[in-house]
Amino acid sequence: MALLEVTNLDVRFGLRQGEVRALRDVNFTLERSERLGIVGESGAGKSVAAFSLLNLIAKPGFIAGGSINFEGKTLNTMSERGLRKVRGNRISMIFQDPMMTLNPVLSIGEQMVECLKAHRRISGKEARAICLDKLRQVQIPSPETRLDQYPHELSGGMRQRVIIAIALLLDPDIIIADEPTTALDVTIQAEIMALLLELCEQHNVGLILITHDLGVVSQVTQRMLVMYAGRVIEQGPTREIINDPQHPYTQGLINALPQMATPGEKLNQIRGSMPSLSNLPSGCAFHPRCNFINRADGKPRPACTEQVPGFVESGNCRVACHMVAEMIEDRRLKEETS
Amino acid sequence: MIAFLVKRLFHALLVMFVISIIAFAIQDNLGDPIQQMVGQSVPESERAELREELGLNDPFLVQYARFAVNAAQFDFGYSYVFNQPTTEVIARHLPATLELVAAATFLIITLSVPIGVYSAIKPRAWLSRFFMGVSIVGISIPVFLTAIMLIQLFAIGVSWTPFPVDTAWGSWLNGVISTEGGMPAYGRGDPVPVFGTWETNFASLEGLTYLVLPAVSLASIMLPLFIRLIRAEMLEVMQSDYVKFARAKGISMRRIYFLHALKNTMLPVITVGGVQIGTLVAYTILTETVFQWPGMGLMFLDAIERSDIPLIVTYLMIVGLIFVITNTIVDLIYGLVNPTIKLTGKPA
Amino acid sequence: MNASSSALPSRWERFRDSYLFYSFKRDMVAQVSLVVFIALVAVAVLAPWLSPMNPYDLAQIDILASELPPFWVEGSDAQYLLGTDAQGRDMLSTILYGARVSLIIGFGAVALQALIGVCFGLLAGYLGGRIDAFLMRLADIQLSFSTLMVAIIVGALVKAIFGGETFSAYAVPLLVLIIGLAEWPQYARTVRASVLAEKNKEYVDAARVMGLRSKRIMFRHVLPNTLSPIFVISTVQIANAIISEAALSFLGLGMPETHPSLGSLIKSGFDYIQSGSWWITLIPGALLVVLVLSINLLGDWLRDVMNPRLYKG
Repeated sequence: MALLEVTNLDVRFGLRQGEVRALRDVNFTLERSERLGIVGESGAGKSVAAFSLLNLIAKPGFIAGGSINFEGKTLNTMSERGLRKVRGNRISMIFQDPMMTLNPVLSIGEQMVECLKAHRRISGKEARAICLDKLRQVQIPSPETRLDQYPHELSGGMRQRVIIAIALLLDPDIIIADEPTTALDVTIQAEIMALLLELCEQHNVGLILITHDLGVVSQVTQRMLVMYAGRVIEQGPTREIINDPQHPYTQGLINALPQMATPGEKLNQIRGSMPSLSNLPSGCAFHPRCNFINRADGKPRPACTEQVPGFVESGNCRVACHMVAEMIEDRRLKEETS
Repeated sequence: MIAFLVKRLFHALLVMFVISIIAFAIQDNLGDPIQQMVGQSVPESERAELREELGLNDPFLVQYARFAVNAAQFDFGYSYVFNQPTTEVIARHLPATLELVAAATFLIITLSVPIGVYSAIKPRAWLSRFFMGVSIVGISIPVFLTAIMLIQLFAIGVSWTPFPVDTAWGSWLNGVISTEGGMPAYGRGDPVPVFGTWETNFASLEGLTYLVLPAVSLASIMLPLFIRLIRAEMLEVMQSDYVKFARAKGISMRRIYFLHALKNTMLPVITVGGVQIGTLVAYTILTETVFQWPGMGLMFLDAIERSDIPLIVTYLMIVGLIFVITNTIVDLIYGLVNPTIKLTGKPA
Repeated sequence: MNASSSALPSRWERFRDSYLFYSFKRDMVAQVSLVVFIALVAVAVLAPWLSPMNPYDLAQIDILASELPPFWVEGSDAQYLLGTDAQGRDMLSTILYGARVSLIIGFGAVALQALIGVCFGLLAGYLGGRIDAFLMRLADIQLSFSTLMVAIIVGALVKAIFGGETFSAYAVPLLVLIIGLAEWPQYARTVRASVLAEKNKEYVDAARVMGLRSKRIMFRHVLPNTLSPIFVISTVQIANAIISEAALSFLGLGMPETHPSLGSLIKSGFDYIQSGSWWITLIPGALLVVLVLSINLLGDWLRDVMNPRLYKG
């Protein structure tokens, strides 16, 4: 059995205007020390997915259905007390903006030690020693002085190192990293990402990397999910998806990468923008932006505008697209007839 | 830290300078010490001589310098009415006001923090809604009216008889909604002397009963303000990333509420609190008037009534000094709570 | 805030479709507060026509009918619905006239402090530098002294300079002046904060590049964008001004008893509370509380709806 198993996760926000479905039909698994990427534009539901794994979504959001299984325990029905034993201990998180993630009025040491003491019965001295060790692992110079400093005395990169150290503090099984380098200077993004990957590898930690940067995902993850408007629209082994994307949205994303551009020509863009979750288009949520909505005879595919696409298996990947489903069906029929 | 202190001290001196100029201008324009000293019957020539002798014909700056030097030594001249040094008159009235402010501050702090935090943690609970409703009504009642109502309810007593008196349950209900009265609401009783002119109401139970109604009245205006402020700030802090991160670390909610969130909530609350101390002193004038509490506020109004200019001027200077000192203390506390202040000298 | 459409809807239509009106329709408390507030303003304005007698007219006062209780208490006189005060004036009439005086001073003082505060705030925020430092330091000192304290001191001095007689004769304009001068820092700080936020936006640069003069930029371009916080604090400031006036009058530094506001009515009634005539002080008190409460509740609602950047701390 997989270390983490998410089935039919359904997250909603109870707003005054009515319920908004922020996530639906999210299914994936994570094996021990596996690296999984979740990509999508902002507003696709990546962060909601990250927070709902530890049941940390803020009101009015709530998990309306599905299950999150971790080591055989169902996290979404677990008591707050039980969850607390998992959070920061077995599964820890790294947030996007290191400037906002650390409490400005508590010293680095206090914020590290409290995490250790919340999960283990240890003395202050032992806790401090562990903290120093972790700070050294994330390559923070003179960790002894850093422990007594406050967040504002550290640069953004240093703070994100501290946050990585906190995430590793209790040798977790999984780290969920929500855009861990987006808020940093471009010059140190690669450095921090390399550090995170190296430490995860060293300690056999599974990593769920949430990002809008397809380049990073293609380089570091083994499997990936592509999200659009609260749904997973394509998932599978990273290499297969990058080399042979099935869903028109994934194709668009990959074509939009600067590496894919022909010199001297405009960058490829996906036209339009992500719809608001409270006002989704009918049928496939991507159809207003989709280039393949028309069939060979020039008429729009009725299913695209009317029906939410289900998943089809394509090689080792799962894709939610009517066009792909049709093509697979065609191929199957051809094989049968020949 | 030292740079911070020097800066604060400089600011304090500047404020005292402005206040002293205002105070001196009042004394210079409104007070005529000659008339007070010798009365109407003395001929004009003699008055002029006396005026020259006292230096009242000197240039403005010279006179101000003399005033400032004396003020720095706490010498503000004699009160017309009491015929004593004004500082002595103030010293006699100061303890009563300080005790009243201390008692009110105690009530405000001990009640506003738990109520504010509770209604931020459980914003939808009926008790929170009740507190919020009461606090907006509380803000809308002027402090002297609160005081009058307290006197009516607890000093005079109210007997309501909307329920039938001749039935047992009726008279019981009437008893529940009626009040006895009998609480002292005039002056401060027999305070116990501590040292010098300091007499305290804190030393005996009887003294404390005299303090109850005035202190509650004085607290009534600030308490709702602080409850609302603490609640609003706490709600905002609870949305922050660092609170979410603390939850993701698996920290207990109690520690998150009372350490992570409360410490950040208190920063703006302390700042506002520093400003509100001034308002609290202003409200002592009203409270002391209603309860005839023999403090500085009552003395000040009396001085205005009798045009006792030196006493008015001294009151202004002393109150200014109290504001400056409390504001500096508040800034120091702020500096202690907020780690970003130590290095830069100003909040980041 | 208003949805603009190509058909250029009328003012009323735009208002009807606005978020302001939408949230007003959903908020019971705001509706009740507005109705109560308008009703109080209406009866205060119409006091000379509504009230049974003119409390300023000594000829109408019957000293023998003094300290009569309101109608629901034993010993009342049907002629005086809410009873009479110690001088035999009809309570209903005096509180209507009193509310009128309180409202005039409240609105007048807020108009004055808004004028001073907005000008100073614009100057400080737009010009910056020494003017900014000076004005804001002044505002800080005044605020740390608390506006009520400043009002009491200025009131005491004005009274000392003019003498009690003259002060009473010109009490209304003097109180407007005193409260206006005491409370301008709130406006100045709020306006300055929003000016600083607006100043660096592109449209101000554009106006400057077009060669418009600073005065024009300030009043025609920046000021309109600071209106919503001004609007929100105005409600709170009116409530504050009414309370300040009541406090000054209660201390004897405000309206004389011959021309009472709600505050001076409470003061004159307070002397009789020990003798059991609670209504002389508590009825004007209740009216004052209802008036201030309705304004505060409206202010709360406005702040929630408009959610402006208010100056903090």
